[in-house]
Amino acid sequence: MQEGKAGDWVQIRSIVLPPGQRAPQVPDDTQAVPLFMLVKGFLQHAARIGEEATITTVIGRRVTGELVAVNPTYDHDYGRPVPELLSIGPELRRMLWGEEAAE
Amino acid sequence: MTLDRSYQAVMARRNEIMKRALGIDYTEFERSPLAFDYEGMMAKAGYTLEEVRKIQGETGVGNTPLLELKNVTALARKLAPSGKGARIFIKDEAANPSGSFKDRRASVSVYHAKKMGYPGVIAATSGNYGAAVASQAAMRGLKCIVVQEVFDSRGVGQPEIVEKGRKCEAYGAEVVQLSVGPELFYVFLLLLEETGFLNASLYTPFGIAGVETLGYELAEQVRELTGRDPAAVVVTHAGGGNVTGTARGLRKAGCVDARVIGVSVDLSGLHMASDGDFNRKSFTTGHTGFGVPFSTWPDRADVPRNAARPLRYLDRYVTVTQGEVFYVTEMLAQLEGLERGPAGNTSLAAAFAIAQELDEDQVVVVQETEYTGAGKHPTAQLTFARDNGIEVRRGDPRENVPGKRIVIPAHPGQLGVVDVDLDQLRRSYLRNAITNTGVREVSREDIAFLAEDCRASREFVREQLAELGVKLPDQG
Ligand SMILES: Cc1ncc(COP(=O)(O)O)c(C=O)c1O
Repeated sequence: MQEGKAGDWVQIRSIVLPPGQRAPQVPDDTQAVPLFMLVKGFLQHAARIGEEATITTVIGRRVTGELVAVNPTYDHDYGRPVPELLSIGPELRRMLWGEEAAE
Repeated sequence: MTLDRSYQAVMARRNEIMKRALGIDYTEFERSPLAFDYEGMMAKAGYTLEEVRKIQGETGVGNTPLLELKNVTALARKLAPSGKGARIFIKDEAANPSGSFKDRRASVSVYHAKKMGYPGVIAATSGNYGAAVASQAAMRGLKCIVVQEVFDSRGVGQPEIVEKGRKCEAYGAEVVQLSVGPELFYVFLLLLEETGFLNASLYTPFGIAGVETLGYELAEQVRELTGRDPAAVVVTHAGGGNVTGTARGLRKAGCVDARVIGVSVDLSGLHMASDGDFNRKSFTTGHTGFGVPFSTWPDRADVPRNAARPLRYLDRYVTVTQGEVFYVTEMLAQLEGLERGPAGNTSLAAAFAIAQELDEDQVVVVQETEYTGAGKHPTAQLTFARDNGIEVRRGDPRENVPGKRIVIPAHPGQLGVVDVDLDQLRRSYLRNAITNTGVREVSREDIAFLAEDCRASREFVREQLAELGVKLPDQG
């Protein structure tokens, strides 16, 4: 979705600290990239992805940033089956209770 | 009046902001630039064990089952020398409302926030603690913000942390998500200032008092089930609250002979503030990246004095590898029918090896489990590792290389622990104490405090301080 309308559940992004202005103690690779922040909430007005947008969060805070997603989805999952793990159960049952238990 | 929101200005206001947001005046416990009255702070600023039990009872926290892992014990006995192989019990902390022991810690802070009239609570955490605070806040009708470190600069999130963010949102919390970096603290301060919420820090006396019930309950349960005290209580260790609270609870139950053994996943060599290393780790808590620095200098947290002081309580500290923890997570599911989150099973990996050092009639307790779900699961975390260029294979766990190779043991007999030299940690602690305070001369009271704080003899402290060129008082 390229555009959100008022009331849509969206995610915005803003730069907190640009590269070069990071805390002195961070390592070089972190120093070279910005510190950014993502927050979700209800869009206050129609806006397109990439435009500045103001949201109200679930606890009622107003925050402004670049609109990055409308209806942001959770994309974490259980991953792919891991062959290195699949054999562990049968191996352990065999050790404890013998061959039949593992079949 | 608008306040200056620049990084430097906000960091310069940190003490003021924190004082209001914590509602504790820490200065009354200070004794010198080095020493403070730890027990005085715990007594005055915290709650008694009885009060905590009552507070936790109101929101369904605690009284979790203690389960005997009979099949895992039988397997350990097959591998142990004859007569060895202690009974292994696990405290099923996943049964808490938000799925981990962190509910104990959050319960007291959120209760306190309500009592003191704060409109809400904020916690800076990428871990289970966020969900715990969000869940407790939901029950007590307070607003909640959780500030998390989630992404690397590409915007790729650690699956375990993404899941924890989802869980916070499920309880009605606002989740502020950041890319890698310790400047999270700056954003945290800004939010505290803007909202006037309580800082539900992991490291206040409230938080630690909340964990004491865990040690207390498990002592009672082991006695009831076995008629004896545990020989060892094995604790997954990161910031140190789990070790500290559990050990204090054991002592309050009179369970003084149980050895408190801390366990962390070995992530040595990975830098915690590095954008490049961030997604090369497959554990986001319970690892040495927190366990070591927080032991050797607890006062690095978001409070003036940290109530979690693990060196005071650790009888032994060991590490295990990522592959070993994934292996026992599979073992727990397949042999005991308990599907639980990997991070919480860190101590189980160690307990499996430690049980084999103990006699058959002894008892070893794994003091927690945590919930599992999408992202927070061995298959999710190993898929993520592979996608980030980490090699995953079966083999000898000693071939594990943090950030490069995860080795899932080929055989349960390969599970073991690596001891961390506690004296080495004590030396680091003393060096940090001197460097971070800039103190060049100490009093006898300072020496007594340092000895207690790292659980060493006064002679040991004197010797180390002398080596650091610190001026010592006369003996006596
Ligand atoms: C499941 C689980 N176990 C253990 C720990 C470690 O606790 P602590 O940070 O108090 O040492 C954590 C905290 O991050 C956790 O979430």
